[in-house]
Amino acid sequence: MRRVLPYPLLTAGLLLLWLLLSQSMAPGSVVLGAVLALGASWALVPLRPPKARFRRPGVALRLALIVLSDIIRSNVAVARIILNPRRRDRRSGFVRIPLEMRNPYGLATLACIITATPGTIWVEFDSAAGTVLIHVLDLIEEETWIQIIKGRYERRLMEIFE
Amino acid sequence: MSVPDLPFWAALPVALFLLLGAGLTLTGSLGLLRLGSFYERVHAPTLGTTLGIGCVLIASMLCFSVLQTRPVLHEVLIAVFVTITTPVTLMLLARAALYRDRHEGNRQVPPAVPPSENCRDGR
Repeated sequence: MRRVLPYPLLTAGLLLLWLLLSQSMAPGSVVLGAVLALGASWALVPLRPPKARFRRPGVALRLALIVLSDIIRSNVAVARIILNPRRRDRRSGFVRIPLEMRNPYGLATLACIITATPGTIWVEFDSAAGTVLIHVLDLIEEETWIQIIKGRYERRLMEIFE
Repeated sequence: MSVPDLPFWAALPVALFLLLGAGLTLTGSLGLLRLGSFYERVHAPTLGTTLGIGCVLIASMLCFSVLQTRPVLHEVLIAVFVTITTPVTLMLLARAALYRDRHEGNRQVPPAVPPSENCRDGR
C-alpha cells in the first residue's frame, strides 16, 4: 500500500485541486487528475520529506473557524488603526514567545496563521531555544499575546500534528 | 452575443462584497503610506491579502454561480494559494529588515539570541 500510495492525503488533495481547476467531474478528468496526482506523489518520495501525521480533523476544523474569525476581527482592528491616525498612544513592538511545539508542519502552519492575521507577523524562529519572535502592530501587553498564541493556536496545533 | 443580466437579488450582495473587498485593500495600501516604521508598514498589505481578496472572491463565486446556474468554486484555489504564499514573502521581508537593522546596530530591534545558546543542538 505504501509503495502504491506513499502520500494518500497529498494525492487526494492534488486530485481535488485538479478537479477544481478543470471544473468538471467527467470520468476523463478524474482519471487524468488521479494519474497526475499519483505521479506527483511518487516524485516526492526521493525527496524524503519529514513524516507528517495529521490527526483530529475535528480540532482542525475548530481551529480553522477560530482563525477565520480572528482574521475578520483583526482586519477591522488594523483598518481602524490605519484610518484613525489621531490615536497616538498605540505602540508596536516585538514579542518573543517560547513555544513547546517542535513539529515542522505545526510550526509552518503557525507561521502562516500568525502572518495571515493582520496586525501580527512571524519574524524569526530560533530552533535551539524554541522561541519565536513576532512583531505586533498594536501591542497592549506582551503577556496577553503570549497567552493568545499559546492558548488559541499552539495547543490545538500540537493536538493535530504531534 | 448578449451578456446575460445578473438578477437584482444577486447583484446587490455581489456589489457589496466587491466594494468591501476593494475598500479593505485600499485601506491596506493607505496604511503603507501612513504607518511610521518598516515593521509597521509590513502589516498593512495583509488587509488586502486576507479579507480583501476573500470578499472579492466571494463576489466572483456568487456572480458566476448565478450567471452560469451551476456552482463555480475554483476561486477557492486562489484563496488557498494567496494564503500560503503571502506569509513567505512577508517573513522574508521582515527577516531581511531585521538582519539589516541588527547589522547596523539599531537599538530599536531585539538582539539575536546569543550564539552560545545556539550551539546546543550542534550547529
